[in-house]
Amino acid sequence: MSEIPHLLVHDHEDTVGVVVVEGLEAGTDMLVCITHDNSTFRLKAEQSVPIGHKISLRDHQVGDTVYKYGEDIGRIIQDCAKGHHLHTHNCKTKRW
Amino acid sequence: MTDFSNVMVQGYRRDNGHIGVRNHVLILPLDDISNAACEAVANNIKGTLAIPHAYGRLQFGEDLEVHFRTLIGTGSNANVAAVVVIGIEPEWTQRVVDGIAETGKPVSGLSIEQNGDLKTIMDASHIAKQYVHYATELQREDCPLCELWISTKCGESDTTTGLGSCPAVGNMYDKLLPIGITGFFGETSEITGAEHICKHRAINEEVGERWYKMWKAYQDDVIFAHQTDDLSDSQPTKGNILGGLTTIEEKALGNLEKIGRTSRYIDILGPAEKPQSGAGLYFMDSSSAAAECVTLMAAGGAVIHTFPTGQGNVIGNPIVPVIKITANPRTIRTMSEHVDVDVSGILRRETTIDEAGDQLIDMIIRTANGRNTAAEALGHREFSMTKLYRSA
Repeated sequence: MSEIPHLLVHDHEDTVGVVVVEGLEAGTDMLVCITHDNSTFRLKAEQSVPIGHKISLRDHQVGDTVYKYGEDIGRIIQDCAKGHHLHTHNCKTKRW
Repeated sequence: MTDFSNVMVQGYRRDNGHIGVRNHVLILPLDDISNAACEAVANNIKGTLAIPHAYGRLQFGEDLEVHFRTLIGTGSNANVAAVVVIGIEPEWTQRVVDGIAETGKPVSGLSIEQNGDLKTIMDASHIAKQYVHYATELQREDCPLCELWISTKCGESDTTTGLGSCPAVGNMYDKLLPIGITGFFGETSEITGAEHICKHRAINEEVGERWYKMWKAYQDDVIFAHQTDDLSDSQPTKGNILGGLTTIEEKALGNLEKIGRTSRYIDILGPAEKPQSGAGLYFMDSSSAAAECVTLMAAGGAVIHTFPTGQGNVIGNPIVPVIKITANPRTIRTMSEHVDVDVSGILRRETTIDEAGDQLIDMIIRTANGRNTAAEALGHREFSMTKLYRSA
């Protein structure tokens, strides 16, 4: 891959990706790579998001399940639109 | 793919056949109040190592058994050449001595009551000096890589551990377990959210059911029995959350990447238990706190520990070299002195998981041959006893 990806996604079913570069700024036209098969697409970052944090790949509404590794990682507690930061402020475990 | 089955490392072949990669002479306290004497002996005799700890008095039941298993297992570990045990009284001291003696290595016990610290320190120092002469004459020899016992546990995880460093460990296990190594993973609470997957990674249904029962007991008896608030403040940890992990499910799925794609665990171990079912991968029922978990796995017999980290956990162990592996480029930039294997190329898509696994295996070989890990060079010797409940 000649261009370094900004966002990595584990599986095609996932609804979030992980920022893998430092200093990602709002408005960046991100290169997104799905690690399962190294396929790529582009997505606009709507917010500045720190390295390691997640960006939503679609519009999530309250009650939606978030998928990563193709698995359920929690539920949405505050709407999170595509391209936005998805973390503890809008997503919560279903376990406790 | 490289064939690792004939790769040799320079290790210490102990009398019981186990291979060590370090050659420590330990001054091991039975209990907290014997720490001072042990530290004094280690100060007197160069080349010895005291490992002070917090417990050992008034314990009972399974909690006491874990204590004994941890001390006996630590002394029995193949990275240890010889041991002096010091306790406040002779009976429990002798129990630890007898347990370690089964390995065939030199071990002596001394007790402080009716002797005092000073006489005990003098007598122990004479023995420890003899043990140092003995240990320093032992030679490293050719030993097969495939006989090593290698553990894993991650710490200060973030989203990059699930993308890079944990899959690299998993790739290492997928390559080395088939050639005959013995592996350990654990962290019972941190499988929560991926327990449905972990249960099916057992070698058969019976082992999977036993695993699930153990996991459920931890949930019910430890987590839910003691919770006072929403556990979101503890799992994931504050460090995990800073690193971008949002839920325990997400953390657990990343954690489980450490057993790769094809590896299956063959049995379940209690805390500090030694594998009894032959070579293969074992799940050890253990806390997810780094020092407690690595201490238990070392007591189970692991001689090298592979430690994926995201945000930068700095842990080491007194007797087992802890190899740190990270994929987080910010951690490499800000705290590279703690990192042995840099797999950040995975995030840039410059390095494959297969290549990262090979990088880790190369570091395991170099570490087995004597290279000090970052944690060893920085003096990290965290030794934390697991305590199941209050003492009597």
